[in-house]
Amino acid sequence: MREAFDQWNYVVAAYAVTIAGTLLLVAWSWLAMRAAERRREQGRGR
Amino acid sequence: MHGFANPARFLRIARWLTPALVLSGLAVAALALAYGLFAAPAERLQGETVRILFVHVPTVWLGMAGWTTIAVASFVELVWRHPLAGIAARAAAVPGAAFTAMGLLTGSIWGRPAWGAWWVWDGRLTSFLVLLFLYFGYIGLADSIDREGGSSRIPAIFGLVGAVNIPIIHFSVTWWNSLHQPPSLTTSGSSMAPEFLWGLLAAALGFSLLFGGVVLARMRALLAGIQAEARLRRKALEA
Repeated sequence: MREAFDQWNYVVAAYAVTIAGTLLLVAWSWLAMRAAERRREQGRGR
Repeated sequence: MHGFANPARFLRIARWLTPALVLSGLAVAALALAYGLFAAPAERLQGETVRILFVHVPTVWLGMAGWTTIAVASFVELVWRHPLAGIAARAAAVPGAAFTAMGLLTGSIWGRPAWGAWWVWDGRLTSFLVLLFLYFGYIGLADSIDREGGSSRIPAIFGLVGAVNIPIIHFSVTWWNSLHQPPSLTTSGSSMAPEFLWGLLAAALGFSLLFGGVVLARMRALLAGIQAEARLRRKALEA
């Protein structure tokens, strides 16, 4: 029982690293894209 | 293929393809990870830790796929001078490095219960760590050329030379003695039980769709930056 609980700690840690890393990467890339395209459109308007 | 090198045509396609890839990737990856966590069976020898397979293998694949994208785009940039090829190579670098780092971390977390060690200096792990350093080198080189000026062919050549490491990573488990298991999926078939194989393929598909969406988003950001800078230069010349 104790061993099974320890195994789940490793599983949860691996999933947390991957989910957090992927969501951060997606959010950062998406926001950077929106900001860059907004700057381009503002430049066109001037 | 040459038609897609036109930035205006690329943007027309990327505007709908970017959110489509991100949203479908999130949905498929979420379903595959839920299957890996809650529905996949424990394995006879590895117990519950076998579930790490569903996050470790896709991140490692995408770490290698990221550099393969850099190498192919660099080749196209050097040979055909496509304007978007260099942008595609640069856009793949950060996501490739991120997935390589995640592959190393999840592998290390898996290694502790499976091998009794967080890290061993064997061929597979060391060559994959080298891949992360190659990404750092490429990103630093491309950024310094942007800032200081210089030929964009330098990072392209670096991207092509660095591709030598990809077959080394792939064959490392057959060339050298390794704690790491040999490939379970090859062109001749799979040695994996179906309850793991289909979940793994779904996770790989979900993360690949996300990877594609992130690369497109970063290409759009780079392209917008280049276009804004070009407009500023034009205005400065006219003034």
